[in-house]
Amino acid sequence: MKKLSLAKLNDFFAAIAAKQALYLPVNNKVGKADFTKWTAGTEMSKALNTVRSAKDFFFPQTENLMDFKMEGKNIEVIDSREECEDFVVFGVRACDAASFAILDSVYLVDPVDSYYKNRREHGTVVTMACGKPAETCFCGTFGIDAANPAGDVTVWEVADGYMLRANTEKGEALLAATADLLEAGDEKAVEAAQAKTREIMAKLPLAGLTFDGVGVGKTKELFDRPEWKTLSESCLGCGTCTFVCPTCQCYDVRDFDTGNGIKRFRCWDSCMYSDFTLMAHGNSRNSQVERFRQRFMHKLVYYPDRNNGTFGCVGCGRCLARCPISMNIVKVAKTLGGNK
Amino acid sequence: MQEMMKNRAYALLENGTVDRVLGWTRGEFAYDMTPAVFRNADEVKNGFVYNDFCAANLSKYLVKECRAGGKILVFLKPCDTYSFNQLLAEHRIKRDMIYVVGIECFGKADVEKIKEMGIEGITGITAKDGIYTVSTIYGDKAIKPADVMAERCLACKSKKHVVYDELIGNEGEVVEDCNRFDMVAKLEAMTPDERYEFWRGELSRCIRCNACRNICPACTCEQCIFDNPNSGVSQKAAVNSFEENMFHIIRAFHVAGRCTDCGECSRVCPQNIPLHLLNRKFIKDVNTFYGDYQAGEDPTAKPPLGKYEKNDIEPGEAGGAKE
Amino acid sequence: MQDVKEFRPTIVAFCCNWCSYAGADLAGSSRLVYPADVKIIRVPCSCRVNPLFILRAFQRGADGVIMAGCHPGDCHYTSGNYFARRRMTLLFSMLDYLGIERERTRVEWISAAEGAKFAKTMNEFVATVTALGENKRLEDLRCKK
Repeated sequence: MKKLSLAKLNDFFAAIAAKQALYLPVNNKVGKADFTKWTAGTEMSKALNTVRSAKDFFFPQTENLMDFKMEGKNIEVIDSREECEDFVVFGVRACDAASFAILDSVYLVDPVDSYYKNRREHGTVVTMACGKPAETCFCGTFGIDAANPAGDVTVWEVADGYMLRANTEKGEALLAATADLLEAGDEKAVEAAQAKTREIMAKLPLAGLTFDGVGVGKTKELFDRPEWKTLSESCLGCGTCTFVCPTCQCYDVRDFDTGNGIKRFRCWDSCMYSDFTLMAHGNSRNSQVERFRQRFMHKLVYYPDRNNGTFGCVGCGRCLARCPISMNIVKVAKTLGGNK
Repeated sequence: MQEMMKNRAYALLENGTVDRVLGWTRGEFAYDMTPAVFRNADEVKNGFVYNDFCAANLSKYLVKECRAGGKILVFLKPCDTYSFNQLLAEHRIKRDMIYVVGIECFGKADVEKIKEMGIEGITGITAKDGIYTVSTIYGDKAIKPADVMAERCLACKSKKHVVYDELIGNEGEVVEDCNRFDMVAKLEAMTPDERYEFWRGELSRCIRCNACRNICPACTCEQCIFDNPNSGVSQKAAVNSFEENMFHIIRAFHVAGRCTDCGECSRVCPQNIPLHLLNRKFIKDVNTFYGDYQAGEDPTAKPPLGKYEKNDIEPGEAGGAKE
Repeated sequence: MQDVKEFRPTIVAFCCNWCSYAGADLAGSSRLVYPADVKIIRVPCSCRVNPLFILRAFQRGADGVIMAGCHPGDCHYTSGNYFARRRMTLLFSMLDYLGIERERTRVEWISAAEGAKFAKTMNEFVATVTALGENKRLEDLRCKK
């Protein structure tokens, strides 16, 4: 356990940024937090979480895969991948840190997604325990401890500074590189901070929420439930829930004609969209009920089925706060599961 | 208000005037009400909720609901009735399948503003005697509704229902001095460089989730051009500065002269982009160049882009630097 | 030695088939000179010009876009240019509102007999856009060579 005094926080950031790109939550012009690159004078946001999740760092919203140039009957394929530099993401919360394991289970299994892997290898994740979880938080439902997040380094905010603990080799290396700014830390301060966070978590309205009614092996039981119709009735079919979700991992691959060649890119896609998985014969899910069901069945049933019961949700609460019509995974799970 | 609305819903379901009711149902918290269709009195009894957090404009749902069989009762706030009229003008909804109950509106609350006051861990919100009592896990807080009123309600253009079959509460007036163009005027007064910086700062946050388009009562195309793979502009989440500009310019242009300024686009934007400022620019320009026009006010009026005058202003004479 | 290239703008001109395109033709057959930077796209009527056309022209590398049609009142289809005029008025005003240089877009009414006006307009417009320089505010980096 190491300690960083409050006064040295900026030096700490500067020391990291001197060697690699450092990203941390910073308030944008409307006062909401976004992960932003640190430069001298950048102030870390005090917000509980960022509007967009931290998945952007490993699975960006759009990325170029390759370029094509055509000359006569010849097509030249150009690998447009850029060299990925080492970077550090500071201030990732427990929920987002847990989402990386879910993304890994999709992108790092055979066939390995080399674009994702490359970013994963170059990124160091510094997580930060939550001080004041909000009413939309329900990471506890999935066994995630907001007071003890995963990641390469875990940071706790204490009265006069920050406590840091390295969890992996990458984390050790980061703390070693900044060792002259750190001092030895006392576990007790961390325990006190954790106790405070857990006490708040226990009081929040979604404390004790379980997803027992959904999960492994429930496909047959849940697929034809009549509630899907009423739940999806007001769904607009927009992609807000998908795009703020830290675990949504679907993408579309498209070609963009630049007028002097083709750029093949991939971008986030949403199963809520009418042109999701559009094929030559048309669409496989023609109504919003089917699309809506797909999104929630994927997170609540299909994904757990294939991953030893782990849900495809980390309880960050972004969709609860952001859905234009306030329909979300908690309402769905409660309605289908029939539990509190 | 909620009880009066429920009672009317029971009565109209009972006497067979309507078969379904479109309203709001309770959420997980005190502030996240979801639009819902109720099919009988029991469903209304158990699920129907109306309070200051029921902000959603229900008129767009009618495009689908008026074709779902049977007559539907809908509760509309004054601003929603403009959207309703506009949909009627464009033949997107069937008037005889809808029973409109207008509801008096005193402005809607924006929970974001409550949270911005530093109020966290909200477990309940009650309204009594013109004060909201917000219960949190850290204790209760009393706040004035005026302090947390939604931005669009602070610039409310009309408290008058332009269409209804019956009314609950009192009828209001069109607000003549609503100041809704103040920010547009402020932007117009800036230099092009300042304006460019302003809009880059806003639009660069766009995540292309399409919430603004999908909530918009004027966006009712069967297939949006941005969803049509044959259009050449359907690029999904391809986010770069050009795509952001193009999407928002074209979206605003497609609703120019049809947008009633209901403010739903800005309300739902997960990135808090002030999209209404684009729509209001078009509304202001239409008013300046072609005479005052309020979309949705009169369903028989000709839309400003669907008509012309021989002595209309030339593009080179409108705004900005002149040639 | 550094190769300093003089900036030559790319100008897209949407010309209506009945007046302005014929005007361009007349400018050509009268041997009037206007810059080769102007790329003409013939449209059946100025009313065919969708706001997307203008934006797409900028996306694909135009530095200036001009729309030319029949004089108001002379539209081959009676009223197409009146509708186009309203649309472009609003669109250009919006571009200006977003801070995109107002001088990069222009509308001109040019009849089939006005070859001289066509050449003069294009000369003027090319000069204006050349002075403004490259289109940066409405560019799509993916389309740059």
